[in-house]
Amino acid sequence: MSFSVTEPSSRTKWFAGTLVILYAIITIMPLLWIVATGFKSPSDAIAYPPKVVFEPTMEGYVNLFTERTRATPEMLEEAGPPETWYDEIVREKGMVISGESRYGQRFLNSVIIGFGSTALCMLLGTAAAYAFSRFRVPLKDDLLFFILSTRMMPPIAVSIPIFLMFRQIGLNDTHLGMILLYTAVNLSLSVWLLKGFIDEIPVEYEEAALIDGYTRMQAFTKVVLPQAATGIASTAIFCLIFAWNEYAFAVLLTSGTAQTAPPFIPTIIGVGGKDWPAVAAGATIFLVPVMVFTILLRKHLLRGITFGAVRK
Amino acid sequence: MAQIIIKNVRKEFGDFTAVQSSSFTIEDGEFFMLLGPSGCGKTTTLRMIAGLELPTSGEIYIDGEEVGQKPASQRDIAFVFQMFALYPHLNVRGNISYPLISQGMKKAQVKAKVAEVANILGIEDILDTPVGGLSGGDRQRVALGRAIVRDPKCFLMDEPLGALDAEFREHMSEELRALHDRMNATTVYVTHDQLEAMQMGDKIVVMNHGVIEQFGVPQDIYDWPATMFVANFIGSPPMNVLHFDGAVQEGAQAVEFGGARFAIPQQNEGAAGNLVFGVRPEHVTLSDNAPYRGRVEAAEYLGTTQIVTFDTPNGKLKARIDAETIVSPGETTGLAFDPRTVTLFDAASGRALKSHANMGVLGNG
Repeated sequence: MSFSVTEPSSRTKWFAGTLVILYAIITIMPLLWIVATGFKSPSDAIAYPPKVVFEPTMEGYVNLFTERTRATPEMLEEAGPPETWYDEIVREKGMVISGESRYGQRFLNSVIIGFGSTALCMLLGTAAAYAFSRFRVPLKDDLLFFILSTRMMPPIAVSIPIFLMFRQIGLNDTHLGMILLYTAVNLSLSVWLLKGFIDEIPVEYEEAALIDGYTRMQAFTKVVLPQAATGIASTAIFCLIFAWNEYAFAVLLTSGTAQTAPPFIPTIIGVGGKDWPAVAAGATIFLVPVMVFTILLRKHLLRGITFGAVRK
Repeated sequence: MAQIIIKNVRKEFGDFTAVQSSSFTIEDGEFFMLLGPSGCGKTTTLRMIAGLELPTSGEIYIDGEEVGQKPASQRDIAFVFQMFALYPHLNVRGNISYPLISQGMKKAQVKAKVAEVANILGIEDILDTPVGGLSGGDRQRVALGRAIVRDPKCFLMDEPLGALDAEFREHMSEELRALHDRMNATTVYVTHDQLEAMQMGDKIVVMNHGVIEQFGVPQDIYDWPATMFVANFIGSPPMNVLHFDGAVQEGAQAVEFGGARFAIPQQNEGAAGNLVFGVRPEHVTLSDNAPYRGRVEAAEYLGTTQIVTFDTPNGKLKARIDAETIVSPGETTGLAFDPRTVTLFDAASGRALKSHANMGVLGNG
């Protein structure tokens, strides 16, 4: 049998592969469970022992997106036969659809606030990181430490002052308020990460561009930004995931107009019995944007996370 | 192309003075070397000519125009970086045409210009490949292409061969020199490699600790170092420096130390105290009857010559002698020096004492 120092043996590979698969199963199990629950009927969802095989239904999704009222048999007859598939599902339960739920609007709020704060964070973060990386900023190290120190306690620790501040200046329950808040929380992370990425880009590229007749701004947009794309993409994912998933501030600071999906999803459970499938459906749909965003940028993400670890 | 004048240029970074007040002139079409050990201020000087650093004080003239405080983009110069700094997101063609695009040149014209440059450098076949996979030499050619494509007033090169393999460096240095001779472009070239400087340069400035030690043509710098630093820095092995206590009068033609008397070029200035007798290894000869004795410590065989290290009463001494001469470690032999090439230094200041021989060289340094 041949022996090599650098190439792992087949047994090592097999062992490593098993570990990875096990870990993947453990991590993905709750997600799969949520996705599955979304397609269960309420009774299947709380069945014990838990049902792995069940008859899928769209009831949870219908309940998620609609408001329904209980109807007497006479009322049902009066309304005539159901017109759509979701009508049919609701009728079977002896109810009629009375309107659209607020999930769609809350989801849209999440998109606006999540992507809005990520975009703002990238804009400010890249500019600050570039300045810290390239210019002689007075008190640079102290400033960087100060920026980092904003993350040394959990953001929620300052929730009460922020609540009072927001109420005073009218940012309570507004999109702008939430975007600013999430940007403020994420900015230290993005400045630090992006500074690392920009530090890795040799300054000669910009100097070459300056000599080739470009202004500093052009050198930044034409040379530095394309080079930093990887870092910007991976930082953006981190920022988006935080803003997207944030729950505590959202509960505290939003209640209507600007309420995001995380505080809204648990409220679905409320009316008449525990509607777990609707909650699970809400959570499943909520997963999609971050998943798509991450998959789209995954090439960058992988390179981004290991960036700088290996000398080119 | 252009003449470059550096006038009392000084650069400080906070408390640190990178370049002390320096002045020199680079003539039109010259291949000019800035030579010195790392941290001596040579790269800072080059970057000030380029406009990548602005001088703290002093003036820089390119083609008669004072550009000291102008940004790089307005100076019309080209810079070749040690690490090439090719834009990694562009292919070879993209890299070479980049400076032309910034000038707003028409597409067809850009294409013709890039083709012309590619022809000069022999890189037509790689124009459409990404720069990532290129060999060091090809990268260097692309970097040169980007520099010459816009016919700048001068070329500034910061150790452009530093990142290449030794074998390839030789070849590229010839190519560079040939390119310069064909284009007759004013070129300022930074290097820490004295051989490279001697080999390629029309003129050399030797810098140390931000100070210009000497300025002149390679041969003058080699033969008549103005300071002990230059004597030590130039040449491989460098000039021998034999320390002795003594005195030399103006007009003297010999010095005495170590129980012997040595002929020297006629001195134009006298000095006393701790002096240094400087002689190049190739001007040391073995002579059985000479009164000055040295013990052989080691011999390095170099093919046609050998470098023999001697232990003398005034310190170590290396001689470059014929490879056929047989020397064996431990043996003691007499040493003689070619009097026409000797330089005396004042050990305290490190400065060369003026003599009839080096007068012409030190006069302008």
